[in-house]
Amino acid sequence: MQRIGVFVCHCGTNIAATVDVKAVAEALGHEPGVVISQDYQYMCSESGQELVKSAIREQKLTGVVICSCSPRMHENTFRKAAASAGLNPYLVEIANIREQCSWIHKDIATATDKAIILGKAAVAKVHLNTPLSSMESPVVKRALVIGGGIAGIQTALDIAEAGFDVDIVEKQPTIGGKMAQIDKTFPTLDCAACILTPKMVEASQNEHITIHSFSEVADVKGFVGNFTVKIKKKARYVDETKCTGCGLCTEKCPMKKVPNEFNMGLDNRSAVYIPFAQAVPKVATIDPNYCMMLRSGKCGVCSKVCSAGAIDYKQQDTFIEQKYGAIVVATGFNPINLDKYDEFAYNQCPDVVTSLELERLMNAAGPNGGTLLRPSDKSHPHTIVFVQCVGSRCDDEKGKPYCSKICCMYTAKHAMLIREKYPDTEVYVFYIDVRTPGKNFDEFYRRAVEQYNVHYIKGMVGKVTPKSDGKIDVQASDLLANEQLHIDADMVVLAAAIEPDKTARPLATMLTTQMDTNDFFTEAHPKLRPVESATAGIFLSGACQGPKDIPETVAQGSAAAAKAIGLLCKNSITCNPCVAHSDELMCNGCSSCEKVCPYGAITYIDKEFRMPDRTTKVRRVASVNPAVCQGCGACTVACPSGAMDLSGFSNSQIMAEVDAICK
Amino acid sequence: METFTYYPGCTLRTKAKDLDTYARVSAEALGIKLEEPADWQCCGGAYTTAKDEIATKLSAVRVLNSAKEAETPLITVCSACHNVIKQTEYDISRDEEMASKVNNYLGLSEPYTGGTKVYHYLEMLRDVVGFDKLKEKVVNPFTGRKIAAYYGCLLLRPAKALAMDDPENPTIIEDFIRAIGGTPVIYAQRNECCGGYITMEDKAQAQKRSGAVMGSAKDMGAEMVITACPLCLYNLKKNSGSDLPVYYFTELLAEALGLKEASNE
Amino acid sequence: MNKNLKEQVLRSSGVNVLKCMRCGKCSGTCPSYGEMEYHPHQFVYMVENGDIETLMKSESIYKCLTCFACVDRCPRGVEPAKVVEAVRLAAVRQQGNNHLEPSEIPALLDEDLPQQAIVTAMRKYAK
Repeated sequence: MQRIGVFVCHCGTNIAATVDVKAVAEALGHEPGVVISQDYQYMCSESGQELVKSAIREQKLTGVVICSCSPRMHENTFRKAAASAGLNPYLVEIANIREQCSWIHKDIATATDKAIILGKAAVAKVHLNTPLSSMESPVVKRALVIGGGIAGIQTALDIAEAGFDVDIVEKQPTIGGKMAQIDKTFPTLDCAACILTPKMVEASQNEHITIHSFSEVADVKGFVGNFTVKIKKKARYVDETKCTGCGLCTEKCPMKKVPNEFNMGLDNRSAVYIPFAQAVPKVATIDPNYCMMLRSGKCGVCSKVCSAGAIDYKQQDTFIEQKYGAIVVATGFNPINLDKYDEFAYNQCPDVVTSLELERLMNAAGPNGGTLLRPSDKSHPHTIVFVQCVGSRCDDEKGKPYCSKICCMYTAKHAMLIREKYPDTEVYVFYIDVRTPGKNFDEFYRRAVEQYNVHYIKGMVGKVTPKSDGKIDVQASDLLANEQLHIDADMVVLAAAIEPDKTARPLATMLTTQMDTNDFFTEAHPKLRPVESATAGIFLSGACQGPKDIPETVAQGSAAAAKAIGLLCKNSITCNPCVAHSDELMCNGCSSCEKVCPYGAITYIDKEFRMPDRTTKVRRVASVNPAVCQGCGACTVACPSGAMDLSGFSNSQIMAEVDAICK
Repeated sequence: METFTYYPGCTLRTKAKDLDTYARVSAEALGIKLEEPADWQCCGGAYTTAKDEIATKLSAVRVLNSAKEAETPLITVCSACHNVIKQTEYDISRDEEMASKVNNYLGLSEPYTGGTKVYHYLEMLRDVVGFDKLKEKVVNPFTGRKIAAYYGCLLLRPAKALAMDDPENPTIIEDFIRAIGGTPVIYAQRNECCGGYITMEDKAQAQKRSGAVMGSAKDMGAEMVITACPLCLYNLKKNSGSDLPVYYFTELLAEALGLKEASNE
Repeated sequence: MNKNLKEQVLRSSGVNVLKCMRCGKCSGTCPSYGEMEYHPHQFVYMVENGDIETLMKSESIYKCLTCFACVDRCPRGVEPAKVVEAVRLAAVRQQGNNHLEPSEIPALLDEDLPQQAIVTAMRKYAK
């Protein structure tokens, strides 16, 4: 005989304003097996939970139904409460009368009726609940950080600090990411390399951190606590263990016409190269697209001059496999391609540049050694126009719908640095809004205007016309003066939108994590769980989750590390016991379930069965690995014989719910 | 032989006869058959974007329908006609209300709701003939000549409907120039309006606009400017105050193919 | 009258003026800016405010070249040219309010003027 307790939550006015909770409690009290049915203002509170616990003890309940918000919110809360009162936590069912009822209906009578039906279904289900116990699975005490920019580096350092081993996988030949390309950072105007390189060195020297540079994640299998990752170490044609980073090969290499990615293509590098002087690891890499030896067998100069004998033209890509307990994604961002914005003449004129290109032009390690010169004729620019929001905040197919967040600040930074260094240069910024929400940010931007006399004009550039005398005619609107201006500029800087790295989407598929339509990784909850993805064991760090500046990135990097450490410090984690199981006597070995399982949890085994005539027969039957199974239920749907069933959501339970609803 | 329903437009029959003749002889030489529909009317020169304007779009729908009935794609040479017809096609295939009003009025044997492929002559050269094939047939290449392509506003915009090329960084006419042996000159004002019909309302404005276009072309080293629209040609020639010669692109095409003298007889 | 006019202009143009983020790119790119009293971004703003009669009385509605630069370059897809056209139609559709009469045309002719110009101007300025 079941003894079921029903508890209906008001959730303040969230439920009670649209659903007559007292009527629901009253109605459900008449359901078969229900011995107590009450309502309360906030079931999830201490006193609410105490109501449940004392009812379990006093009424000797065998099952509990909570009519409240979505199980995603508080299923765990009530399971724990039941367990502490001595009831198996899987004998608790939640009827969602908030997200699925009170929040979407307006008419009280309809909403109340629906809440009662949902409650009845939950009661019918709980009648058939069986006590389940969670299994435990071990946690591999090693973390993987995908991406070696400031986000990945910060996360790795924090995880290493807690005493765990961390691997950083970075697809470029060096770690450092975008921050290594930046000249100065806002709002303090410190030199980016000066604050980044100590962290890069720390990461390379830390005994817990292993850096796999020039490598990519090729495959991910497994589940939280137990990931198996295949890493592809791309061939650099240089033996990392022998190379000393002396740079002689880069000097002597005769192929010097390779566009230098680190300087955004504004100057050239050689085919064998070290990306920048502070690269970590400080190891040369050969670009197979340009190396004459690799392409046509001619040359070999680098190999001849290398005193360490580190050049290896025969090197191949290698694959390593490693187990991890937690994975942190830190794949970063890139500025968008500006091909669709040629009203700004980006493709027509070398003096129209993006903000990242300007960073390189102003940087001491850039193409001009730190002097700002026009790319076309290396002359000094007297008038510079900045165009904001290029490709951001767009409601069309060309650009991105979101605000890229960092551009207002970095343009103010660029403007101030230019005015500081070249007081004779006039700087104009055409803006729609100026967004400066961080600490000391607005004061920073006001300094640009009030102290450095940067001309901020509310309006937008409509057309950029390069002229043969080298000047650029910038036609723009000044909305406050109600004029259309023509400015004779020497350089135009476009604040291009930023987007996630292109490797992010295939990576999301490998990790089975969620992404939004802009290719940013989706966090488990936008406010309360910003560094966890919806997939257990996968954490998010940095701009791969959304546009952000360096202070926020470092904060989020440490937060992701904290979450990862929370996982890694456990020796084992409890698995979800709501897993699939197959009735061997009904299984016909068709493999339908194996094919639909997204987690690879089902395998087929040959098993001996006793036949009615006392002979034994070997049959092929399904076997579910309960540690890998995530309880999605796809196999139960695919199974043609009904052999596959899901604990906690069995076919009979679902049918009971349907019957209760249809009555 | 690929056949197209050819819509010349009113001006190509009169003031812009050259544009038409050169287009025809060149098409023939390239293996393209141009067949005019039995009955067509002036397109109106400008597409009225207002949703409640129906009468002004009817002649475009009629010619789209003729092409549909002839089971051929439709082709135009004049930029303005192309813009009107292409935008009509775009809207009628997406706006059910407009389609039903148009069809109620026209009483065609079968209602027209879109589906005709509309080519501009340049698109035909690029996609049907191919610029490399064109290059092979050139006998009088414009070697060393610095030619500026003038797109104007109507060939490229609105980009969603016209879908001919990148509206801000187009290459189709520059590729044509290269195919006939010339050196294309890129200048920023090549896709900005010459003024168009504004010459009737405010001549000074037309002079200002076409002056800016020609000025930009000359500034970047052009020796001549080519265009696909009779009104653009008029504005650039007469209103700009520039001394740069302006030609129809079809005239250069015919000359390159060695057909110019023959077609003038 | 005012409210109906706004509704008429919005319905006729098919434009959602609320999408505008007041960036000013349309006016920044408009080749007719100098000739207009009210500029594309103001058309969008004033129609939203219902201040349409002011626009109808202004010569600005006849200065638009219908070049679609504002339509293609607006980052929000507002299509200001369609708003200008809808206001112009509201003006010109009124009895006796044609902006260009056939009688005015002979004075504007020259031997090279393609009739395309006349036809287009009549389409834009007269009903």
